[in-house]
Amino acid sequence: MASIGASPVAPGKRMTLGEGGSALAFAALALLSIVVAAKAWEAAYAFHAYLFAAGSVAAVFAIMNRYNERSATLPPQEIDGKPNYNMGPVKFATVAAMVWGIAGFTVGVLIAFQLAFPALNFDLAFLNFGRMRPLHTSAVIFAFGGNVLLATSLYVVQRTSRARLAGDITPWFVVLGYNFFILIAGTGYLLGITQSKEYAEPEWYADLFLTVVWVAYLLMFMLTLRKRKEPHIYVANWFYLAFIVTIAILHLGNNAVIPVSLFSAKSYMVWSGVQDAMVQWWYGHNAVGFFLTAGFLAIMYYFVPKRAERPVYSYRLSIIHFWALIFLYIWAGPHHLHYTALPDWTQTLGMVFSIMLWMPSWGGMINGLMTLSGAWDKLRTDPVLRLMVVSIAFYGMSTFEGPMMSIKVVNSLSHYTDWTVGHVHSGALGWVAYISFGAVYCLVPWLWNRERLYSLKLVNWHFWISTLGIVLYISSMWVAGIMQGLMWRAYTALGFLEYSFIETTEAMHPYYVIRGLGGILFLAGALIMVYNLVMTVRAVKPVAEAEPKSPLVAAE
Amino acid sequence: METYSLLASFAQTGGLLIFIFGFLLVIAYALMPSNRSTFDKAARTPIEED
Repeated sequence: MASIGASPVAPGKRMTLGEGGSALAFAALALLSIVVAAKAWEAAYAFHAYLFAAGSVAAVFAIMNRYNERSATLPPQEIDGKPNYNMGPVKFATVAAMVWGIAGFTVGVLIAFQLAFPALNFDLAFLNFGRMRPLHTSAVIFAFGGNVLLATSLYVVQRTSRARLAGDITPWFVVLGYNFFILIAGTGYLLGITQSKEYAEPEWYADLFLTVVWVAYLLMFMLTLRKRKEPHIYVANWFYLAFIVTIAILHLGNNAVIPVSLFSAKSYMVWSGVQDAMVQWWYGHNAVGFFLTAGFLAIMYYFVPKRAERPVYSYRLSIIHFWALIFLYIWAGPHHLHYTALPDWTQTLGMVFSIMLWMPSWGGMINGLMTLSGAWDKLRTDPVLRLMVVSIAFYGMSTFEGPMMSIKVVNSLSHYTDWTVGHVHSGALGWVAYISFGAVYCLVPWLWNRERLYSLKLVNWHFWISTLGIVLYISSMWVAGIMQGLMWRAYTALGFLEYSFIETTEAMHPYYVIRGLGGILFLAGALIMVYNLVMTVRAVKPVAEAEPKSPLVAAE
Repeated sequence: METYSLLASFAQTGGLLIFIFGFLLVIAYALMPSNRSTFDKAARTPIEED
């Protein structure tokens, strides 16, 4: 309150260490980037260096402008005894998630049809399947999923701690920096820059930048928790923290590279041979485990109880399945390397841990579903809750399918076939995207202070259209994958392979078309969602200014 | 080979015990009757904020 009576001359307005320090750091980065751009060995790398230079200069201007326009004091931690939440970065990440989501789904549809009709790459290098595929996976996992995780984690940690986000520049640095990394990664794939590691394609300089952003994210998250007004740290925050910490470790381990030169995008991995493969799948599977599972379970643990207005079914179960999940997931990676040069015992270990993972996974599923006990009727009236419940059902299904596919004899049929692709998408479309859609449908009215969503009917349409899309996708891939696996292992009476490779490819064609149609439906659903969200912000009445909270009686 | 066998033997004995003991601690923490009220309150966190 004292700040209101500040003297009119506004003395004492000083740059904080964060503002001054980050402006200087960005100025230095701009300078370095220009030097690198001038001396770069490859044109694509020079382009990235210019992007870094432009981004850094923009950051310096943004920081200085923000300083000039702000009042002498920083925003207060609390206003009238209520936490003064910092929702700007959350809004940005929410919008970014939807923009990247549409881009990622569109590229997915394109590459699905490229597999059915190869001419669709139009003989252009940057439209080649090999470049578009990592663009699709990174756009949906890291750009769409990552921004959903950023938005929800920064929202949930503030609300459940009843504390304003730690830091002043940091929240914006994390959100904008992360999206800048996405831009570098995505344009890099189109231009042919890759270190050829699945889900870790960006080269060393992008990885270094992401490391700085990620450490800032971790520190900001922990410092916000330290300011919490509640003695107990809510379980969703445990899952978010596990996601942030583990992704940091995985990122460092799997990107241990030595660049050829400061002036080249090319680098070499310090691991080699089968060790490299093992580190890659230790990373790859835990990207699934901690990015696509732990992070989205955190979303489930906040948004499902909130929307259903029911407490978490069993808080004890949430603690036990959290630790079981953390202990077990980290060992499951070797199941990606069955029947390879990896030692046999390591493959068996990966398989055993994958099967054990079934238990904590279903612990989470049961806890999420049973949270609805006493509120099941809401599924009929609230399509947003229905999206989230179906997502939990898909989580249960794909965490049953996964352990089954990790069993060596099953894997000998399924590995390298489209069954794997179908499995991944039942997890990615069914679980990750649906829980994200549910969370974003909740978040937008809250963040923009709107009374409700523009149209629940459109949410319903989104739900049914995209569910049909997922069903087409995964059922066609089951048939295609199992058929492919059986054709590969079919022998004639004389012991020769019965089918040539091109015959198996021809047999896949109809299923590839069906899969592409499923993708179109899923994309159409997401476009309906974007329209609904835009209209929510533009056409729905804002919530009336906080009147003294009274139980709703006698509304007009 | 020396480092490998050293690490492997630790992982197969001490490491195993540490993980089992750690998980038992987690179960004890989750099931301790005195924590019941904390957890019951925590389970309502999302629906009871301002």
